Amino acid sequence: MTRDVLSIGGGAGFSGDRWDAAGPVVETLIKRGGRAALIFETLAERTLALAQLARRKDSAAGYEPSLERFVGPVLKRCVDHGIPIIGNFGAANPRGAARRLQVLAREQGLARLRVGVVEGDDLSDERGRTLLREYLAPSDAGREIVSANVYQGAGPIAAALREGAKVVVTGRVADPSLALGAAVAHYGWAEDDWDTLGRVTMAGHLLECGAQVTGGYFADPGFKEVPDLHDIGYPIAEVAPDGSFVVTKAERTGGLVDARTVKEQLLYEVHDPAAYLTPDVIADISQAEVQEIGEDRVAVAGVQGHPRPATLKVSVCFDGGWLGEAEISYAGPNAERRARLAAEIVRQRIGDTLVLRVDLIGVLSVFADDGGRALAARAPGDARDVRLRVAAAHADRARVERLLAEVTALYTCGPAGGGGVRTSLRSRLSTVSCLVPRERAPARCEILD
Amino acid sequence: MSETTLRAPLYRLAHGRTGDKGDRSNVSVIAYRPEFFPLIVEQVTEARVAERFGHRRPTAVRRYVLPKLGAMNFVLDGVLDGGVNDSLNLDTHGKSLAFLLLGMEIDVPQALAPLLAGPR
Repeated sequence: MTRDVLSIGGGAGFSGDRWDAAGPVVETLIKRGGRAALIFETLAERTLALAQLARRKDSAAGYEPSLERFVGPVLKRCVDHGIPIIGNFGAANPRGAARRLQVLAREQGLARLRVGVVEGDDLSDERGRTLLREYLAPSDAGREIVSANVYQGAGPIAAALREGAKVVVTGRVADPSLALGAAVAHYGWAEDDWDTLGRVTMAGHLLECGAQVTGGYFADPGFKEVPDLHDIGYPIAEVAPDGSFVVTKAERTGGLVDARTVKEQLLYEVHDPAAYLTPDVIADISQAEVQEIGEDRVAVAGVQGHPRPATLKVSVCFDGGWLGEAEISYAGPNAERRARLAAEIVRQRIGDTLVLRVDLIGVLSVFADDGGRALAARAPGDARDVRLRVAAAHADRARVERLLAEVTALYTCGPAGGGGVRTSLRSRLSTVSCLVPRERAPARCEILD
Repeated sequence: MSETTLRAPLYRLAHGRTGDKGDRSNVSVIAYRPEFFPLIVEQVTEARVAERFGHRRPTAVRRYVLPKLGAMNFVLDGVLDGGVNDSLNLDTHGKSLAFLLLGMEIDVPQALAPLLAGPR
């Protein structure tokens, strides 16, 4: 069945996503025929900073570590069927990822793979740092930058596809721009066709988190049932020539697409619904409507667009010191009181050298606050399976290590029956963002054969 | 509350999802049925949501109403203890927070009781 639409599949929604998700999406795209594209969104703020650190250690590294596991299973099928792949899996080294994909293509018996590389997002070099000093808050401008990346838009992706790229590798681009780039290349819309760009931006927004629109991050037994979550199908958006679209999913998979899943994801990470800012457009879902038009098929209408912002967002990561976490469990009669006593012992041992967060898992934890106000307001109860968790962060590693040692020592010096100590120490990154005029951070696009 | 109303948790009238950007959390509240939408618009106010997140010390709570989706979007500033990279919470993203909001109590007319979602 061929429709007069461009079908865009979502193969991944974050770096830790399932590697086998894209396969059924690609098979569905091939079976349904017509023009299609596949996107992979694998970049979070922290992911990019870690990638930058990896690249400093090894100049060939710094792209998505699971690149081959994501793309390998579908590369040949996509190339053979003319389905371009667009991914921000280039992270801190899009060229490195492009070269790796070209090697992968040869290993799979494909001829030379034409890859588009989108760069210009990395502002961690000297020129970028000079630029950022103008736009960062004064308190941040002097700090040592781990990574700094400006969110690029759909333009360079569309340019690479028009040049015949089979795969487009980017660093930081706005997540919805991955899909919009594919659609702009196919339909050739003007860059001030705001309503159309706004619609497709929201299609990209719905695809960018993978299964979150097909029943992932959704199930609530007794309230919201989702079939076969272990085999959840990833999404496909069918984009019409005017940018209107239908959300559906891979065939013969679990999960579901209905008005509820689409509404939840439509508003995910949205602030003012009338102003969802991307480098391409300001999308406006204040008048949006969703309609179930078939099994696992939802049409989204009423999305508008307004002229794109004059600035681009930059995400900057700095060294954030050390995070230490330590846990110990108490169970059975009087367990909660023993866990509370253990927390008090740790507080007295640490004194004012660290600001501690204390959780009583099984009593109150994730809903509480770092200041301990919610836990202090909770009258002691008689929970019988309680895990004490203590966490602190500090620039001085030794102080944080001392906390872990104090929790470990509770084995012998703490309340009765304390067991299962686990400790972890990790370096942290702290993130700020700023805005720069778009003309000061242009994207670059290059084709590698 | 009177004889003609009952009290029910918001999660029997609406579902929702949390997203985060920096130290800002957004929580959608989406009516399961159109009949519930006016009730939740009336009762799930910025003030009540700010109170429910009081221990997180929100610096601002803003509500956006989306009648065509039967939904509201709450934007809560400063409730993530610095956000994903700075919070000491296990759930640094605040992914669980939609369910903190959905635990709010709502007065529901008896006539609508049969429509409430979930186990009786």
